[in-house]
Amino acid sequence: MENQETTRRSFYSAFIYGLGAIISAGLALPAAAYLLIKPKSQQAKQWVDAADLNSLRPGEPQEIVFRRSRVDGWRVLNEKSTAWVVRLDDQNVVAYSPQCTHLACAYHWDDSSHKFICPCHASEFSIDGKVLAGPAPRPLDRYATRVDNGKLLFSPTVQKT
Amino acid sequence: MRPILDWLEERTGVESAIKHFLYEDIPDSAGWHQVLGSVALFAFLTQAFTGILLAFNYAPTPGDAYDSLRYIVTELTGGRLIRGLHHWGASLMIIVVVLHMAQVFLWGAYKKPREATWMVGCILLLVTLAYGLTGYLLPWDNRAYWGTVVTTQIASQAPGAGPYILRLLGSEGGAIGVVTFARFYAVHVLLLPPLTMLLVGIHVFLVRKHGVAPAADDFKPKKKFYPEQVFKDTVATFLWFAVLVGMAIIVKVPLGRTADPTDTSFIPRPEWYFLFLFQILKVFEGPLEIVGSLVLPTLAILALFLAPFIDRAKLVAIRQRTGAIALVTLAAIGWAGLTARAVATTPPSTESPDAGLAQVEPWRGIPPESLAAIGYFRKANCGSCHVLGKSGAGPDLTVAPSQKPADWLMQHFRQPAPNAPAPPLNGIQLKALATFVAKRGDKELAAWTSAPEAAVEGAMVYHTSQCAVCHMLNGSGQKVGPPLNGLADHRARDWVQGHFGEPAKFSPGSTMPAYKFNSRDLDSITSYLLEIPK
Repeated sequence: MENQETTRRSFYSAFIYGLGAIISAGLALPAAAYLLIKPKSQQAKQWVDAADLNSLRPGEPQEIVFRRSRVDGWRVLNEKSTAWVVRLDDQNVVAYSPQCTHLACAYHWDDSSHKFICPCHASEFSIDGKVLAGPAPRPLDRYATRVDNGKLLFSPTVQKT
Repeated sequence: MRPILDWLEERTGVESAIKHFLYEDIPDSAGWHQVLGSVALFAFLTQAFTGILLAFNYAPTPGDAYDSLRYIVTELTGGRLIRGLHHWGASLMIIVVVLHMAQVFLWGAYKKPREATWMVGCILLLVTLAYGLTGYLLPWDNRAYWGTVVTTQIASQAPGAGPYILRLLGSEGGAIGVVTFARFYAVHVLLLPPLTMLLVGIHVFLVRKHGVAPAADDFKPKKKFYPEQVFKDTVATFLWFAVLVGMAIIVKVPLGRTADPTDTSFIPRPEWYFLFLFQILKVFEGPLEIVGSLVLPTLAILALFLAPFIDRAKLVAIRQRTGAIALVTLAAIGWAGLTARAVATTPPSTESPDAGLAQVEPWRGIPPESLAAIGYFRKANCGSCHVLGKSGAGPDLTVAPSQKPADWLMQHFRQPAPNAPAPPLNGIQLKALATFVAKRGDKELAAWTSAPEAAVEGAMVYHTSQCAVCHMLNGSGQKVGPPLNGLADHRARDWVQGHFGEPAKFSPGSTMPAYKFNSRDLDSITSYLLEIPK
């Protein structure tokens, strides 16, 4: 009799825990997918028209302003963006994302010392993007570039090195 | 594990609190009929959970609300499921709450000393309905907008208080806009949830204080809540949840077109659980309308609230509670009859319930010169001989793209038949038409018959003005100027219209020449551009 009672009780608790676990999984799994999987919306895949090649002086870093479209949740923004570009020769241009690779502060070109200097934590970069000093963990991030018909084009996303 | 639990128990007493809760004494007669309260509580928790998830990706302002909800259901993995859980969860929660109430009523469990438990329960029912009412506006589609217009108008009829209620709803003069939206959202997510938790807390406390109501003839020794009754509650909860998940997966949740206050064709109707009220409104006309819209519902709520004081007779077994059984049966029949009548007498909606999720119509996706060519085809009346989809005086052009060489086509256009007048089209327009009939794809074919006239007109203005020389649209044109797909996402109509006249004023540095369209052309090209998705 007592044995039968124990069996009944463990049957009940097994069901309570089992069904409870299924319900929890039924809520938790969709929630995890919903929060953690990247939205299907396409990030802009087009190369961006950034500047006229002729407006860039060779060997001298210049900050340029260009427009690009960016998907922000349910919005597509057409916004201004900047980049530091260095024209190497007729067909080759390097373009750096304008944020320091340490904590994403805006850095600037310092003409007298011939370095990129970040004012936040004193990271310094050479004209080819290499870290010279400070806490920056990697060289400056770059846009891939392409020259087409005298126009400088940027890749849609920044590439980390 | 045991030492940690012991430590926790000694410092917080959590283990004994749980045991105290689980090993509550309940009457021997307790059973399957008393599971509904637990299911209702679980329903509330599910709604809170899915509601919070939706809020993570939802922007509560008109316009953005719709776009963000559309983003949730089309772009996010599991977004459609979670919205389904929240939407159908609301309906299933109302069913469970009403069944819970009917059970308590039938068994006479509201009698002394449980009157306060019952009355708090009545307030919880109203709170549940308030969730439904305020949540209805939040998708900001036509259904939400027009349904809420009617609701606020009903509230405005309250004698004396009408204008003040309208002001509270943020609907000065009866308009539904940003203020009403903000109020509904705030009530839905900031006011009602804490209120629900407070009321549920009081409700459960009172149930514990007075104990679960025993049957009238139950004099047996008490049993424990755990495990048998907890098992029954869990099974019922699981079944409820299984139905909910099934509905969320199988039944589509409507998302219509974005709310349009100028849409006069949309017929609003309330959520199914309010349909009976909607039907009662049709019975009372003219000065009596207020009887149906406010007097009767208020009286019904009062009667429900005061039921323990109206029925003060001694508790008897449920078999003998014929009055209560008759009342519940009558209410159910009345409700079902009114709802059925409401469904039967309401004309079908002019808008498909998931119009907002429909695939992009073919005309929105084809290059502007193709859509313009469809316009030239119509303008030159080519369809009088080339009947689309049938053979007429000329061949049916929908069968296959034309094999004729371009020169032949151009000549044919200029002189379609002996003595036929030349069509009112210039060379560029004829060339577009020639390219179209020779090279059109399946999308173009679908758009040929279905493209709305307004859009076609806009595309003809676009093509004739040679916008494609600088702009890219639907994959056709140059990228000298910005691409125009999805223009409506970041530009307002006024901006676009103003920009045509004075481009440099609206976007400094622009090299686009000014276009002085007449007002009709300006309207059609603007509408066209704003309707092409990204």
